[in-house]
Amino acid sequence: MQITSPYFKEKSSEALKDENLQKALGNVERGFIGKRAKAAANLPEFEALRDRSKEIKDHVLDHLDLYLETYEAKVQDSGGRVHWAAGAQDARNIILDICKRANAKTVTKGKSMIAEEIAINEHLERNGIEPIETDLGEYIIQLRGEAPSHIIAPAVHVNKEEVEADFRRTHRHLPPGRNLEDPTSLLSEARSVLRDKFLAADVGITGANFLVAETGTSIIVTNEGNGDLTQILPRVHIVIASIEKIVPTLEDVSQILRVLARSATGQDISVYTTFSTGPRRAEDPDGPEEYHVVLLDNGRSDMLGTEFQDMLRCIRCGACMNHCPVYHAVGGHSYGWVYPGPMGAVLTPTLIGVEMGGNLPNASTFCGRCESVCPMRIPLPKMMRHWREKEFERHATPDRMRRGLSVWAWMAKHPKLYHAGSRLAINLLGLMGRRKGAFKKLPLAGGWTEHRDLPAPEGQTFQQQWAAQHRNSKLEQAT
Amino acid sequence: MNRRIGNSNRATPNGRSSILAKIRKNIKNLDDPVREARVTDRLSRSPVGLIPARARKAHAKQVDLFCEQASKVQTTVTRINKIEDLPAALAEYLRGRNLPKKVRMGNAPILEQAGWDRLADLEISKGPTQGDDPVGLSHAFAGAAETGTLMLESGADNPTTLNFLPETHCVVIRASDISGDYETAWATIREKYGKGNMPRTVNMITGPSRSGDIEQTMLLGAHGPRALQIFVVEN
Repeated sequence: MQITSPYFKEKSSEALKDENLQKALGNVERGFIGKRAKAAANLPEFEALRDRSKEIKDHVLDHLDLYLETYEAKVQDSGGRVHWAAGAQDARNIILDICKRANAKTVTKGKSMIAEEIAINEHLERNGIEPIETDLGEYIIQLRGEAPSHIIAPAVHVNKEEVEADFRRTHRHLPPGRNLEDPTSLLSEARSVLRDKFLAADVGITGANFLVAETGTSIIVTNEGNGDLTQILPRVHIVIASIEKIVPTLEDVSQILRVLARSATGQDISVYTTFSTGPRRAEDPDGPEEYHVVLLDNGRSDMLGTEFQDMLRCIRCGACMNHCPVYHAVGGHSYGWVYPGPMGAVLTPTLIGVEMGGNLPNASTFCGRCESVCPMRIPLPKMMRHWREKEFERHATPDRMRRGLSVWAWMAKHPKLYHAGSRLAINLLGLMGRRKGAFKKLPLAGGWTEHRDLPAPEGQTFQQQWAAQHRNSKLEQAT
Repeated sequence: MNRRIGNSNRATPNGRSSILAKIRKNIKNLDDPVREARVTDRLSRSPVGLIPARARKAHAKQVDLFCEQASKVQTTVTRINKIEDLPAALAEYLRGRNLPKKVRMGNAPILEQAGWDRLADLEISKGPTQGDDPVGLSHAFAGAAETGTLMLESGADNPTTLNFLPETHCVVIRASDISGDYETAWATIREKYGKGNMPRTVNMITGPSRSGDIEQTMLLGAHGPRALQIFVVEN
């Protein structure tokens, strides 16, 4: 896929003017925030489970090499194969190779962000193999030739009417006069079209929410059941997962499962949590005959031991973007690659380079909502700040901004001058704006007033008010 | 952080050794002498973490909670006295839903005990499904009350396809196999398969299939069953 992250600003401006998108984005705030809050409030142990989950992942990251080796041995014990992929191209080669050996014509796919990251669909298509997305949201965006705009709700930017138009355009074998007005009929149509694809596929590719070192198990969490049909019907099951998905034991997974769905969709648990270990056993009446795991690094091992290590705790629940005012305004496509929102702003520059993704950490108001809802307690604002510092060090910040910042920094280092200066400015602005209460235009503040009014200060700086209050309370104490 | 290679489009030979070497280079506590012992210990003990209070109650209350939580996620629950009551209860369920009297099931011993021949007009067939069976009947080896979650294992007697392809999925569970939490089920699995081993598939199922992918509105019946019915066998 084409990376457009350097054009975040331009993409955002377009997104803000896109009425369809703005209507669809309303569903993010309406659909996720309240549900998460309710689910969290209904479980008294929720906050403690967040702490436990964080501890588990921190422990894994400190012992990642050992757990990966244990995991690999357990997969082999159960008859599966592990393939190590250092980069995206390695993963693509491995998967294509398995598909070719299976003489695959069609490949069904469960939802996987790693698959998006390595752009496996394009690679399979170029080699004459048809990939079929089976998660409803992924299926919709595949028909539209788009990338996902959200990590758990890939088609959140699409409205019902657009889905109807896409289905009519693509499902030409169905009667043109059929009624597709309500969402249920759209769901039924996707169900019947995809059912045939499930049964015909030669290979099924799924992602993994977790890999269990204790048992060599891969786990997927879904609501639709598409990931299960993807892995039990074809002859070959390929799991594509990144190295940080490891957890030690089944007990550890159980801890994290208690925060995952609650943080994501506000469900207590997703409908299907599926534990897969190796291929079908000799006595099994169904299931895949081959089981492959592709372990992808793609830059993650480089994050270990750096200020970005905490990001590797991420379980991809989407809570950070669901609660992000910037994401609500501009949607996921503005971010220009696979991962949007706060987690994407941190991860993208790490994975595709600060030259391409360095713009994204600026897309934050630092309001801190993302960190406050992150089930793994990832300090997202702090890491975005690290990226901004790096961008500044690299002199990637525009000149005017750099000059402004150095003037401000010089002033900040001279507090007396700073206070005098700000007092003067605030008092002056307070006087000027007293009548109307706000400025429509102001010299040097065009960037602000172009889009909204600047409220007039009340005439005193915070420091002045603080000092006055302090004097008063002292007087009160004295009397 | 300047040692990034990221979304590399070059192929790397010896992926395994290069990935592990990089991890070992970057991990901070590599010199820690008890690193390996800590991992071995955790894997062998598999310590139980925090269990929500709602899961820790008397068994009868756990069964009640299981039924209550399952109902909250659009599962229907019928409590029957003994396994011999299953055929009649199932027939009544099918009649109530206007479903064909045709059921596909596995060979789980509990299903064998039900005595299907007493109901002449219920058509029973056994084995995995290709997708043309309207109703599947399975056996759950465990249930977790905290979320009303069924746990099913694959194996000779339990085709996994029955859990996903039929439009209606019926599941039998003994009340005695219901506990408060997920962790109890892992203990059961370890007892049966040995520590560190699993059947090919364990399915945790909580309600019928659904999707929220169109305008974030949850709709039932995505790719899996449109309806989930549980029969809890009390004795």
